[in-house]
Amino acid sequence: MCGIVGLLIKDPDKREMLGRLGTEMLEGMATRGRDSAGLAAYTDEVEEEDARKFSLYAPNGDLDWRAFADGMQEHLDREVTFETNGNHAVVVPHGSADAAWRWVVEEHPEVSLLSVGRSIEVYKDIGHPADIAKRYGFRDLVGSHVVAHTRMATESAVTWAHAHPFTVGEDFCLIHNGSLSNPNNLRRMLQRRGMHFDTDNDTEAAARFLEWRLREGDDLEGAIEAGFEELDGFYTFLIGTKDELALVRDPFACKPAVVAETDDYVAISSEFRSLAYLPGINDADVFEPGPEEIFVWNKKSVAAKR
Amino acid sequence: MEQEVRSRKALEWDLGKSPVRALNNYLHHGLAEDGVEEVRVLNPDGAHHIAVGMDAPVRVDIMGNAGYYVGGMNKQAEVTVHGSAGWSVAENIMSGVVRIEGYVSECAGASGHGGLVVVEKDASSRCGISMKGNDIVVGGDVGHFSAFMAQKGHLVVCGNAGDGLGDSLYEAIIYVRGEIKSLGADAQEEPMTDEDHTTVASLLERAGFDHPTEKFKRVASARNLYHWNSEHDQEY
Repeated sequence: MCGIVGLLIKDPDKREMLGRLGTEMLEGMATRGRDSAGLAAYTDEVEEEDARKFSLYAPNGDLDWRAFADGMQEHLDREVTFETNGNHAVVVPHGSADAAWRWVVEEHPEVSLLSVGRSIEVYKDIGHPADIAKRYGFRDLVGSHVVAHTRMATESAVTWAHAHPFTVGEDFCLIHNGSLSNPNNLRRMLQRRGMHFDTDNDTEAAARFLEWRLREGDDLEGAIEAGFEELDGFYTFLIGTKDELALVRDPFACKPAVVAETDDYVAISSEFRSLAYLPGINDADVFEPGPEEIFVWNKKSVAAKR
Repeated sequence: MEQEVRSRKALEWDLGKSPVRALNNYLHHGLAEDGVEEVRVLNPDGAHHIAVGMDAPVRVDIMGNAGYYVGGMNKQAEVTVHGSAGWSVAENIMSGVVRIEGYVSECAGASGHGGLVVVEKDASSRCGISMKGNDIVVGGDVGHFSAFMAQKGHLVVCGNAGDGLGDSLYEAIIYVRGEIKSLGADAQEEPMTDEDHTTVASLLERAGFDHPTEKFKRVASARNLYHWNSEHDQEY
């Protein structure tokens, strides 16, 4: 069992609500998963054309992030801004992202990449979801949309790396409630195409499959439809991209999902109980997606495609 | 002339202050001792397992949205959710009435042996699967695979039914007023008899819906799946 949570704030002036409401929803789903949790927030975009935002994880927790940023700044000879939360840091080198990442790989091989993109920030760790939310200050996040996950592991190890969200490419992330029965086949198929995997987790295989379809030219709906053919098993997926939040359930709708939509937000959760305290919930349009119904909400035009 | 004035003893239970486990413990054990006949449950906020395993002729009013399994295994009691509810509402209901004023999620009234489940708005997929004698009346639509392998009892749908209605049906009867997206294996539409009209009218009245029965269609088992036939080559 796992819990999924998604929230998209429609009105750009109300994006300060994102962290608080998203955190309350996440904590509401702690009953469905309490071994680990994670969150991807889509916050202010990096402005420079070739700059990117990196979410980094230092497993030992004793990395001097200031020295890290200074080192990167010296190497790139460009300004590096960063915010840290213990073993996590969001680092923005204001220059070539490629050069910055090459420096990380060479100088700090112990540091792992949680996400890269213009907007995405990712935090994930093991522990109770409420503790993780507090540890990384989820309440203070400001942005357009968020996806978050509470995990009760059923098919692979409990580590920070196996926690959701899984990110691939830029600004793309996936969280999953369910279990796939053919992740090994998928992984082998994608590895033959040169893709590298970080874990043996089934959700990572799905994330890499969907992102591969996007790179092959599918739009988000097309990639999900390709998944109906290739992904075998149970799933409710929540997918985040820079501008979009997407939701889909498997052909039998085996895993739960509830959507609540008002003029201010679109909120998604495994169970109603984590939507129960949202402002205006009593007047919200509350519904359950059917099997293979694809919902894509775009932060720029928030009418859902069904 | 003798006149019996019956004052019903009522109780309010705030789930914001005392959790579901304590409530259910009271409903199972303390209720009869106190002679309480009505319980109003405040601040349910989608909590699971509210009023599960009731076995007393009392009213339980849940003043808001309930989570999974509300009214599960109900006997005798009249449980009303003044809001919506999650998965498996009134699962395995034995008798009494479980009424949801809003929407319900999957598997409503599944595997019940008796009693009545009323959903005033829509029910999601797998409504009434494997029902064994209970009645379910849904004011709106039901989702896919409703009444799958249903053995006995009635499912009355005032709106539309989703894909695979009545798949592998046994002797439960389904009545649908609106459109049926598709029938499941071995389910077939049959003409409404006078008895069917009487049954539907009676269930609608008990559920509090006012629809003429003329528009209802009857769906029952074609009974082709009852006996395995080697010549069918798994095609039914």
